[in-house]
Amino acid sequence: MTQTPVIDSAVNPPVAAAPAAVDVPMMRLHVKILRFNPETDKKAHWVTYDMEAQPGDRMVDVLNEIKWYKETGLAFRRSCQHGICGSDAMLINGRNRLACKTLVRDVAKDGGTVTVEPIRGLKVEKDLLVDMEPFFDAYRAIMPYFIHPTPFPAKEQYQSEANAEKMAHSSNCILCACCTTSCPIFWVNGSYIGPAALVQAHRFIFDTRDEAKQQRLGVVNQNTGVWRCRTAYNCTEACPRGIPITQLIEEVKREVMFGQS
Amino acid sequence: MIRARTYTDARTQAHSNAELNWWIFMRVSGLILMFLVLGHVYMTFIQVSESDATYDAVINKLGNPAWKLYDWLILVLALLHGTNGARYVIEDYVRSRPNRAWVKMFFFTLVGLLFAFGTVGLMAVK
Repeated sequence: MTQTPVIDSAVNPPVAAAPAAVDVPMMRLHVKILRFNPETDKKAHWVTYDMEAQPGDRMVDVLNEIKWYKETGLAFRRSCQHGICGSDAMLINGRNRLACKTLVRDVAKDGGTVTVEPIRGLKVEKDLLVDMEPFFDAYRAIMPYFIHPTPFPAKEQYQSEANAEKMAHSSNCILCACCTTSCPIFWVNGSYIGPAALVQAHRFIFDTRDEAKQQRLGVVNQNTGVWRCRTAYNCTEACPRGIPITQLIEEVKREVMFGQS
Repeated sequence: MIRARTYTDARTQAHSNAELNWWIFMRVSGLILMFLVLGHVYMTFIQVSESDATYDAVINKLGNPAWKLYDWLILVLALLHGTNGARYVIEDYVRSRPNRAWVKMFFFTLVGLLFAFGTVGLMAVK
């Protein structure tokens, strides 16, 4: 049985003292948040919080600090806070980013200002919290689930490395909505399906085991689907997972052109 | 698929390759137009001397059926390419359905008139 022995520091002082908290200089920064309370406000307004943070802190740490010690009413989504759940997408310094993958030192200098706004194109419910329903409606429209061949295959369905490579990028998506809410066409047009849903469509269209490719191509081969992409490249710049989204959308366009039966 | 509740929704969801074909048309016509227009600029401004820039010379040139076809191709492709581009913009930015219908109707009528006048003007040259 391996068990870490409990060191009684009084009897056995540790040989090497644990490094004392490294003396990292704190940065002063003004965090300017676009706040909106639906019960009292008619319009969103900026509120600035003077904070201190280490350069290596993440923006989500700063927001947590504000929520826990300064302004408990501040509303924003976060869950895993490690860049996987995709909850804390927000507009930080004018760019869509995940607050948990953004270091303070990358967005502000000592004494500088960081602006935080809700992601655009979706209805703001409170502060940084937006209604994600239109985003997930588009996601549901492309049938984001694997459809197996009928009859159900008796054996495991193998996939070659080369075939897995085709959807390597699109399966990285965490549905944070950074791309869709940075898309100028999504902002102005209520019916565009958006880059995130197209990336998800790509993931299943280019899955060689999936049986519903033609149906999915039918969904994206519409005025509101893949043809509304104007290749603004905002989505590719915004993606916190580094997915080459515009390129994937173009691949879907080619597949509609050549792969329809 | 989001369930269609109106005739317009149902029509947009019906299987059609129209948008695909327009997308291909935009690429092909753009490429052709580039060569047509650059060639036109070369032939009207660089290849000829200044003394040829007279009414008679131009009328004489346009009497040639090959020139008529060349200019008419530019007219048709540029109008269709531009109109489809503007249709994209209208559909992106004009969200209210009645407004969109009005704007499109006005715009397409204008383009139809331009096409008619352009064709008549070109073909009237003997």
